[in-house]
Amino acid sequence: MRKLLLESLITPTLTEAPPTVDEAAMIELAETLGKQARQSLGRSLSIREVDAGSCNGCELEIHALNNAFYDIDRFGLRFVASPRHADVLMVTGPVTKNMREALKRTYDATPAPKWVVAVGDCALDGGCFAGSYAVVGGVSEVIPVDLHIPGCPPPPVKILAGMLALLQGGKAAS
Amino acid sequence: MTVFWTSILKPTEAGTEHAWQSHEVDEAEWTQVAEALGGETAVLLGLWGDTGTIRMAVLDEATNEIAVLALACPNGSYPSVGQHHAAAQRLERAARDLFGLTPRDCPDERPWLDHGRWSLRRPLGAATPDAGEGDAYGFLPVEGEGLHQVPVGPVHAGIIEPGHFRFTGNGEAVVRLEERLGYVHKGIEGLMAGKNLGEAARLAARTSGDSTVAYGLALARAAEDALGADVPERAVWQRALMAELERLANHLGDFGAVCNDAAFALMHAHCGVLRERVLRASDAAFGHRLMRDLIVPGGVAVDLSGEGIAAIQSMLAEIRQRFPALVNLYDNTASLQDRTVSTGRLDPALAKRFGAGGFVGRASGRSFDARHALGYPPYDRLSFEVPVLDAGDVDARVWIRIREAEQSLSLIEQILSKMPQGAVFTELKAVSSPCDGLALVEGFRGDILVWLRIGSDGLIERCHMRDPSWFQWPLLEAVIEGNIIADFPLCNKSFNCSYSGHDL
Ligand code: SF4
Repeated sequence: MRKLLLESLITPTLTEAPPTVDEAAMIELAETLGKQARQSLGRSLSIREVDAGSCNGCELEIHALNNAFYDIDRFGLRFVASPRHADVLMVTGPVTKNMREALKRTYDATPAPKWVVAVGDCALDGGCFAGSYAVVGGVSEVIPVDLHIPGCPPPPVKILAGMLALLQGGKAAS
Repeated sequence: MTVFWTSILKPTEAGTEHAWQSHEVDEAEWTQVAEALGGETAVLLGLWGDTGTIRMAVLDEATNEIAVLALACPNGSYPSVGQHHAAAQRLERAARDLFGLTPRDCPDERPWLDHGRWSLRRPLGAATPDAGEGDAYGFLPVEGEGLHQVPVGPVHAGIIEPGHFRFTGNGEAVVRLEERLGYVHKGIEGLMAGKNLGEAARLAARTSGDSTVAYGLALARAAEDALGADVPERAVWQRALMAELERLANHLGDFGAVCNDAAFALMHAHCGVLRERVLRASDAAFGHRLMRDLIVPGGVAVDLSGEGIAAIQSMLAEIRQRFPALVNLYDNTASLQDRTVSTGRLDPALAKRFGAGGFVGRASGRSFDARHALGYPPYDRLSFEVPVLDAGDVDARVWIRIREAEQSLSLIEQILSKMPQGAVFTELKAVSSPCDGLALVEGFRGDILVWLRIGSDGLIERCHMRDPSWFQWPLLEAVIEGNIIADFPLCNKSFNCSYSGHDL
């Protein structure tokens, strides 16, 4: 183990420069935030991830945000275990009928001010699962959504760009 | 060698157009096969509903032959398989929820996927409207002094899929775990009906995100089996390349994640880097990090370029260089071994009885691997080993992943050196009459079964997909017994069952 740790000290870091903030996301946010004029969230955000029916592909890429290449912690973004500790709910999947209540209750358990980021094509409108007897549809059918990050699944840099837009937008709107 | 069902079924009933047999059976034959399951060589591969018919796929492990039995249910019921073979119970409950087919004398009559929220009962059978306000679920009763219950989920603490776990504890020790699943049921099999093969492939690729390649492959192979189509050689090799890249990425991710659940974050960090390398190489080679929608019925959607090969080779070189140190670290860290060795032990007899596949089965002595047992191309021309251990604990499941990741590295090298040139796609010919197809494909988690019927219009009439998790989830309930509740995340991660693949 010592050798591995030592190596990590002398090898150059893998962490990459942050992506440029997503323009489209900024515009989307300017609208929602302008309207709601929510209080600035400061320099850090606690995120609670909720899988409301995803295929788990989106989860894999959200997980990847924690690896050394993206290192989401350096931006003050971190995933927390309880909605009660969260500023942001990051929701994936088409919302299934069997998950609707759990999603709603998780949202209600999150203290205001709170933000909802819907991740993935399914989260927008149900994607290829729309119209199923078992699916409600996109996340906004159940809770209000502030930002949507498209992709199936969106790669980690896209998710990161969206979250950075949220951080900056949050400050701009205050 | 004759298969176990030879003495049970009337020989004239066997269809011969496929590599697998198809039998129309009566109730007596159905029950005799059910009684034989869990025996020396008889394994249940799946059980699913259809309009007015219940089907079951069985495997004879001595010969690796597969048969699909169809039993007509004119009265909407059939003799339960689950009363003889516990592994069938959840499948029967799901088939009743979806099609309204009742398993007579099934020991568990509770619904499984249907939580009473669909505004519809029996959505794929004789559907009737419903208030959709939700049903109360009767968890199994527990009695005894000093017992307490801990309900967890469906929303869990980490970035994972939703499901409910009901622990009954006595102090720190778990005396019973009961799972309740179905939260991510999206009605995929319902959506499949009436779709063309291209659309069906897209749905299959979204059944379980971590196995998108394996599901794409299983659906394509089942469709090609139904239509009697041959796929260009180069496509066959590229499919295997994608399948091994997917296996490698997932095993690396799991290796780190299991260690992380034992509070050994260093391994997680290093494995996360290696996993990212695999995903980036896959992206460079095929244009998508998870390689989604790239396997299509008839071949593959993109051709691997020279640059793609270079990206994969440089990734291989890095992993070959870095992985052994991590394996050593795992082997030599006592605090880590203290958590994984002897934790969550799965009895080999149970693994065998449930026909558990993947690392869950192979860490408990069941050697079945569809790549090896069925030898579907190109695996019949590749050399690889199927690692098997008997210990059945978290440690054994970690070691199976390590050894399989090493095998995948070698398979990727072999594929790159042997892959022929040529076309990668062929248009599938239209059909004139309805036809059935079946495929069993080894995903990273175990064998995925796809059975489908294509109508004379070329559209899917019925498609059933059985995730390996169906035969692993129930075993997780068994292995946690007697372990402390704090070891559950570790046991759970070492199983890494799919929620979405199971719930569909
Ligand atoms: S957007 Fe794609 S990856 Fe995400 S949940 Fe939907 S199907 Fe899966």
